Amino acid sequence: MSATLYGTWSKSISASKKNRIDEVFAALRQRGEVGLIPFLTLGDPSVEATLTLMRKVEEAGADLIELGVPFSDPTADGPVLQHSLEVGLRSGATLTRALELVQQFRRSSQTPIVLYGYYNPIFRYGLEAFARDAAAAGIDGLLVVDLPPDEADELLQWTRPAGLHFVCLLAPTSGPERIRLVLQHAAGFIYYVSVTGVTGVKPIQPWEVRPVILALRQETELPIGVGFGISTAEQAAAVAAFADAVVVGSALMRLVDQHRDQSDVDEVVAQFVRRLKEATRNVKRPLAGAM
Amino acid sequence: MQNLPDRRGHYGMFGGRYVAETLMPALIELERAYRQISRDRNFRQQLQKYLRDYAGRETPLYFAERLTARLGGAKIYLKREDLCHTGSHKINNALGQALLARQMGKQRLIAETGAGQHGVATATVAALLGFPCEVFMGSEDVQRQSLNVFRMKLLGAQVRPVSAGSATLKDAINEALRDWVTHVETTHYLVGSTMSAHPYPMMVRDFQSVIGKETKRQILRREGRLPDYLVACVGGGSNAMGLFYPFLDNREVRLVGVEGGGRGLDTGEHAASICAGSVGILHGKKTYILQDEMGQIRPAHSISAGLDYPGVGPEHAYLHFTGRAQYVAVTDSEALEAFQLLSESEGIIPALESAHAVAYAAKLAPRLEREQVIVVNLSGRGDKDMGTVANALGVTL
Repeated sequence: MSATLYGTWSKSISASKKNRIDEVFAALRQRGEVGLIPFLTLGDPSVEATLTLMRKVEEAGADLIELGVPFSDPTADGPVLQHSLEVGLRSGATLTRALELVQQFRRSSQTPIVLYGYYNPIFRYGLEAFARDAAAAGIDGLLVVDLPPDEADELLQWTRPAGLHFVCLLAPTSGPERIRLVLQHAAGFIYYVSVTGVTGVKPIQPWEVRPVILALRQETELPIGVGFGISTAEQAAAVAAFADAVVVGSALMRLVDQHRDQSDVDEVVAQFVRRLKEATRNVKRPLAGAM
Repeated sequence: MQNLPDRRGHYGMFGGRYVAETLMPALIELERAYRQISRDRNFRQQLQKYLRDYAGRETPLYFAERLTARLGGAKIYLKREDLCHTGSHKINNALGQALLARQMGKQRLIAETGAGQHGVATATVAALLGFPCEVFMGSEDVQRQSLNVFRMKLLGAQVRPVSAGSATLKDAINEALRDWVTHVETTHYLVGSTMSAHPYPMMVRDFQSVIGKETKRQILRREGRLPDYLVACVGGGSNAMGLFYPFLDNREVRLVGVEGGGRGLDTGEHAASICAGSVGILHGKKTYILQDEMGQIRPAHSISAGLDYPGVGPEHAYLHFTGRAQYVAVTDSEALEAFQLLSESEGIIPALESAHAVAYAAKLAPRLEREQVIVVNLSGRGDKDMGTVANALGVTL
C-alpha cells in the first residue's frame, strides 16, 4: 500500500469517527443550548465576500454554517434565494469554488459546514471525486435538496466512508413510512422543513410544528433543526423552545440584498445573527437527552 | 421492454424521483392512485368515452400519396394527431390526468407550457371538468405564443408569466414545481410530457400510448404488416413515447426520435439532449440533459417552442442507451423546409414540432424500397406557428 493511499485511508477513517457536526451538537446539548445555523449563498454578493460573511456570522454566534451552492434551476427555493443564487452564479460561484472557500475558512475555524445545493452539480463533478474533495476541504455535511434517500445510495456509498454526514429533510407532508426511511439514511441532524412550500415565503407557525418535533424525538436520537419560514428573532426564540437548532436563510440573504452596495453589509448581517443567537440562547430548557 | 419502469420508477439507470422531500408523499400517493385507476373498468370506459366523443379519436392513419411519390421511396403514412381537439396529441394525456385528479379529490389544476399546446389542452379539460386552472409559461414564450395565451384565457385559465432564468419552458416548470410544493394537498400538477419524477413519465406514456395502439391496428388493416419505421419528434418525448410504446417488443420495427437541432449541433444552439447532451439530473429525473462542465443547465434553442427544452423523458434516454431506438437531430431550417413541403404536397400544415419528424422522414424515404413503410407521428397542427414561420421566411403579416 502506497503512503498516499494509506494517508487517505487513515484520514477518512478518523473523519468517519469524528464529525464536527456531532461534536457541536454534543457540546450544545451539554450546555442546554440551542444551535443557530445561518445560511449564506456562495457568491452573493461575491465569492470573496462570502468568506468574510462566514467569519462574521461565526463571530456573531453561528454554531454551524449552511453554505448554499448556486444552481441554475433552484426548484425548492422561493424568490429571495432564487435571486441570491442567481447573483451567486453570475459572480462565478461553482462547486469547485465552494470547496476552495471552505478549505480557506478551515485554516482559522472549526465551525461545521453543511453544503446546501442541488444534485446535478455534484453528479457532474463525479461522486467519488466529490466525496474525497469535500471531505479533504473540511466540509462536514451535505444537504442535497432534490436528492431524497430513495435515490441517495449512489452518493452515500462514497460520502459515508469519507465521513460526510447526509443531512435529510422531513416535511409536514411526511407520513410514518417516509419518516422511517429518512431516519435510516440521515446523519448529523434532521432538517425539519417547517412549512409546506419553498424557502422564505410562508411564515412558520410554531404551535403547529412543536407537536411534530416532539413526536419525532420518540423516533430518533439525532438532533432536529428547523428551518424554512423563520425570519425574526421572535420566531427563532419560539422554535428554540422545542428544536435543537434554528436555521435562518432567506431573511439573511434579504439583508445582504438590501445592503449589497453598502460597506456595512457584513456588520448588518452580523448584528442580525447576534440578535438571533441571543433570542435562542435565552430559551433555557432541558434538551433531548434529558427529555 | 414493456414492463419498465421498475418499482422505484427507474428505466435502467434513468428516471427515478429527484425531488424535495415535501413532494415525495404526493408522488407516492399519485402513483398509488394511478395504479389503482388503471385497473378500474369504469375509469377506462370514462376515459375512452371522452377520447372518442370529445377529443375525436380514433385519429386517421393517412397514406400521404403525393408526398410519397414526390420523395420516391418508402410509403409514408401520417398519424393524424393534428386532428385531435385542441390541435395536438396533448389532449390525450390532459384528459387522463384530469379524470385521475377528479377521482383523487384534487380541487385545482396547474400546468407548465412552452408553445402553449399543453397549456391549452389543460385549460380545456379544466373547463370541461370544472377545475380552476393556472398555467405557468415563460415570459419569452408568452410573447412568442400570444395566440395560445389568449386561447387559455378564453377557456377560463389564468396564465402566469415566469420571468426568472431564461424565461422559457424550463423556468415555467421550476415555477409550477414551486406552486405544487406549496399547494400539494389540494392541487394536481398536470405534467405535459414524459418528464418529471416517477410516476409522471410512465403515466403520460400510458395515456399517450393510445396513439401507438391505434396505429398498430390501422397499419395491419391497411398493409397487412407492421411498419419498418416509426418517426416522431422528441422534446420531452410524449408523442414519440405514445407511438413507440406498443411497438417496443416488435423488434423488426425501427424507432426514430427526432430532436430539435436548432441552428446546428456544432453551434451549441439546439435542443438535442440525447444527440449532444450528457447524463444528469433535472426536474425530478435522471436523463440526458444540456449542461455546462459545472453541471449548470444550459438553455436550449429550437425554432419550435415545443422542443425547446434542455432535457428529455427518461424512457427515451433508456431506449437510446440500449439501442432500441435511434435519435437524430433536424435543424430549424430543415424543419421549415419540411413544414412547406407537407403543406404544399398534402394540404396539411404541420406544427413546427411535427415538421421535424416530417423532415427526417423526407431524408429517409428515398433511401428505402418502395414496399417499405414509414409512419410519421403528425403530433400537432401548425396554426399556432403562423407568426414564427412568417417571421422566419421574412414575411410580414
